[in-house]
Amino acid sequence: MSARRLDAGGRIDRTCPVSFRWDGLTYHGFNGDTLASALMANGQTVLGRSFKYHRPRGIMSAGVEESGAIVSVGAGARQEPNVKATMQELYDGLEARGQNAWPNVHFDLGAVNGLFGRFFSAGFYYKTFMGLPPFEWGRGTGLWMQYEKLIRKAAGMGAASRDADPDAYDHTHAFCDILVVGSGPAGLNAALTAAEAGRDVMLVEQDFELGGDYLNDPAAEAERAEMVAAVGRAGVRILTRTTAFGLYDCGVAGLVERVTDHLAAPDPHLPRQRFWTVRASATVLATGALERSVAFAGNDRPGVMTASAARSYLNRFGILPGQRVVIATTNDSAYGVAADLAAAGGEVTLADARDEVTSAPAGVAMRPGLAPLSTVGRRGVQGVRLATRSGNGWSQAAHEECDLLLVSGGWSPVVNLSSHRGAKPIWNGDLACFLAGPTDEPIHMAGSADGVWNREDCAASGVAAARRAMGEVVEAPAPGGWVRPIQPVYEVRLPGTKAKAFVDPQHDVIGDDVRLAHQEGFVSVEHLKRYTTLGMATDQGKMGNVIGLALMAEALGREVPAVGTTRFRPPYTPVAIGALAGRNVAGHFKPLRRTPLHDWNLRHGATMTEAGLWQRTWYFARAGETITEAYIREAATVRQTVGVCDVSSLGKIAVQGPDAAEFLNRVYTNAFAKLPIGKARYGIMLRDDGIVMDDGTTWRLGEADFLMTTTTTNAGRVMVWLEELLQTRWPYLRVHVTSVTDRWAGVSVAGPKARETIAACLELGTDISTEALPFMGVAPVTLKGGVKGLIARISFSGEQAYELYVPADQGEEMMDLLWPATEKLGGCLYGLEALGALRIEKGHVTGAELDGRMTIDDAGLGKMASSKKPYIGAALRQRPELTRADRPRLVGIFPKDRSQTFNGGALLCAKGRVSGFGEGWVTAVTHSPALGHWIGLGYIAGGHEAWAGKSVTAADPVRRGNVEVEIVSPHMFDPEGVRMHG
Amino acid sequence: MLRIACPFCGTRDHSEFSYGGDGSVTYPALDAPMQDWHDAVFLRDNICGRQVETWQHVHGCRMWLMVERDTMTHEIFSVRPAHPGLAGALEAAE
Repeated sequence: MSARRLDAGGRIDRTCPVSFRWDGLTYHGFNGDTLASALMANGQTVLGRSFKYHRPRGIMSAGVEESGAIVSVGAGARQEPNVKATMQELYDGLEARGQNAWPNVHFDLGAVNGLFGRFFSAGFYYKTFMGLPPFEWGRGTGLWMQYEKLIRKAAGMGAASRDADPDAYDHTHAFCDILVVGSGPAGLNAALTAAEAGRDVMLVEQDFELGGDYLNDPAAEAERAEMVAAVGRAGVRILTRTTAFGLYDCGVAGLVERVTDHLAAPDPHLPRQRFWTVRASATVLATGALERSVAFAGNDRPGVMTASAARSYLNRFGILPGQRVVIATTNDSAYGVAADLAAAGGEVTLADARDEVTSAPAGVAMRPGLAPLSTVGRRGVQGVRLATRSGNGWSQAAHEECDLLLVSGGWSPVVNLSSHRGAKPIWNGDLACFLAGPTDEPIHMAGSADGVWNREDCAASGVAAARRAMGEVVEAPAPGGWVRPIQPVYEVRLPGTKAKAFVDPQHDVIGDDVRLAHQEGFVSVEHLKRYTTLGMATDQGKMGNVIGLALMAEALGREVPAVGTTRFRPPYTPVAIGALAGRNVAGHFKPLRRTPLHDWNLRHGATMTEAGLWQRTWYFARAGETITEAYIREAATVRQTVGVCDVSSLGKIAVQGPDAAEFLNRVYTNAFAKLPIGKARYGIMLRDDGIVMDDGTTWRLGEADFLMTTTTTNAGRVMVWLEELLQTRWPYLRVHVTSVTDRWAGVSVAGPKARETIAACLELGTDISTEALPFMGVAPVTLKGGVKGLIARISFSGEQAYELYVPADQGEEMMDLLWPATEKLGGCLYGLEALGALRIEKGHVTGAELDGRMTIDDAGLGKMASSKKPYIGAALRQRPELTRADRPRLVGIFPKDRSQTFNGGALLCAKGRVSGFGEGWVTAVTHSPALGHWIGLGYIAGGHEAWAGKSVTAADPVRRGNVEVEIVSPHMFDPEGVRMHG
Repeated sequence: MLRIACPFCGTRDHSEFSYGGDGSVTYPALDAPMQDWHDAVFLRDNICGRQVETWQHVHGCRMWLMVERDTMTHEIFSVRPAHPGLAGALEAAE
């Protein structure tokens, strides 16, 4: 290839030179270049190495179908692999490198793979390394994984940066009447027609300029400019550098707009890319057609490209891509290319595979009846052998020297987007291509995407598609438009020879791979695709699929339509993960919920942890304390004096209405109908299937007024459940539920001095003695200073304890009263870790124990299930499987050697029988200040009675190893509850 | 990418809603036999075509809705409040 930049012509701005770096060296191009065109103008021919064989590859196209010039762009955290150089706009300072090559694309040691090509055919790895000794299933897996690492390293493409993505991405939504994808003659006409009829139109173009095929034809520039101006005047919303990568249900299109990928110094406030979700009432797909190649030996050599690509490089980028040019075609489309190249000074030979040919364009040598058989040359093409038809095959007929070989094997309309919607592509034998199948959705094909080849017809096709999209019934131009029909050629080879004739150059799939798959019994295209990986590279087989299907059809002795095609799936071109994530990264990945006491807690030394979406206090370390030291001190202080813990995140639901008591009576397993006003009750609710859903206390504030509390993590789920029951199952119950979680700031004050602490904070004369406020009593209270709230005598820690709630915005006032009173009595603030220690000592269950698999009996709370009234889950909790005696039961766990600890998640096994799933598992472990050693909660088959006196192993093979434990009652501390009733 | 016409809020993206389940199920009385509950909770038809299902406008008005949808094409034929009293009131208002 001896490409050279011409002195005039093209759409590049020769007054605006741009410098860029390729493989460490500096080159120059112009504004308006792509990386590919700039490299071509600088005489660079080998731009990459192929996937498996590491063959040198150059530019094969001028668009999204590129399979050769695949490079890495950017450096450091911004390194992006597998960028198609044909789609990368050039900018000042652009840095790009070849990939899949070592040390570089010109001299690549991996090319040795090419010598062993016959070992790299379809299915090679699996046949060689799996299933045979020493790689049989279940045996040599470890060894296979070692080999796989090497294999993966040898194959493949560029490497992504391992650093965090430094760029920002945006998500945005839009609505329109008509979405037009593609801005060629068809798309521009469609957009203009619809906009002039008053429709709200969005026009999406993946290129950086509007015009599509207009851009490749200088003679059409006036027409293009006029159309672009008219579209702008008509109010069409235009998005360039934007790819419609997928169509989805209900008229939704996914777009990616590349906002700053073409800028040398982007505004830091701009996102790198913008992800659009567009909802269109109708969609016009004017997505054009892609030229495909022909499979023949060496069809991947640098200097071989599609015919239309050469026209792009000549007419758009002002480059004569080769001096001695051979064009091999099967259809009329290459004749214009030949004429343009000859007019620009190329020595052009046109080989037309068809039997009858018309006259050659001026200055072009005509070679009728010939098709390319193989290329000659090393790094670049130096000549081509041509073949002629003989019988059913081919025989060698001629040799032409050349530095550029252009191939046109036919055109494939881009039906990918309609295929996303399930419109099966239908083979058109006359045009040798797939056309979009019918669909009931408002999707309309236009232009060459609908198989219309002439520009005038494409324009008319665009108008017709827009009018159909507006509900009119109109005739569209019929597909086709060539003077003489295409005579498709998919592969050229001499009978009985083997050659590297690439079908899918991006994944190094050759014609022989397709035949091998057939020999081995693959008949379905879906299997063919997966076995050979044909069409599974980043281009999804844009160039190779049709050839592969045709070869499979030939091998099967069938026609292409009988073989069918695979369904295209989004994305049309690769989409950066960052664009999908948008702003939902790091701290924005999920909502953050803070309690009203959050800032107060931080000011008082809290370390926070996550509980669901909530930030909760974890522990309050004093100087030099570790987390373990801190929580043990906090828990011990609660048992000895008093502690204060923020419990505002507990779910709180106001359940109100005349039937509220009846409603709760149905939802909870235990009785609520007769709960007196001013009392709280612990309740458990089950799912329909009899498994525990959640637990918590519910307070009766009035005849028709209850306050339900739920666990922090299940609050949302319980709210949804109550709403579902009231709206769908029991609509006649006069009950209203309201989430009031955020309305209250709440603390638990626990310990032998809890009452004394709280009393010091309440209005003088408030009586919270056991007589006035007994265990489970609830009352309105007024704090010193006038803050009004609620107090309930409830204990999770097993100590004398109260929950105190005040309005959220008065939470800090409450803390400023409570904390000095607590400190005065030698108390402390405590967090979730100490709360965990206290509740484990008591055997109180939480999310780790109520994990969506356990029954109320499993959790040891069977006595909470009423036998006098029905409730949700009452029937199905009696299922035989849920009532087996050997079901796991909640137990307490002590290490046999009390100085030892063990891990949550360990499996509980009978001693000496550490295997399988064991007999149970450990849900929670803590150091117990009250008992002076490590303890745990867990489940084991049959419960602690069944394991009394037996040796049990807490097995944790990948962490701590095995620890001998004893199974005890889950009520490990103060089992009679003397302390909390006191 | 469904859009659901909430009778209370208007047409909204499906990401505002959460799917409930089969809307044709009638749950038995709480004291009904285990077999009735088993059938209601576990036995489901896997319909290809029109199906009535419950959705909640969880990030909107929080109302439970009965949505008649084609499971094959995602076409939605009707949306009404699951609460029969509200559905009746809306119909009467129309």
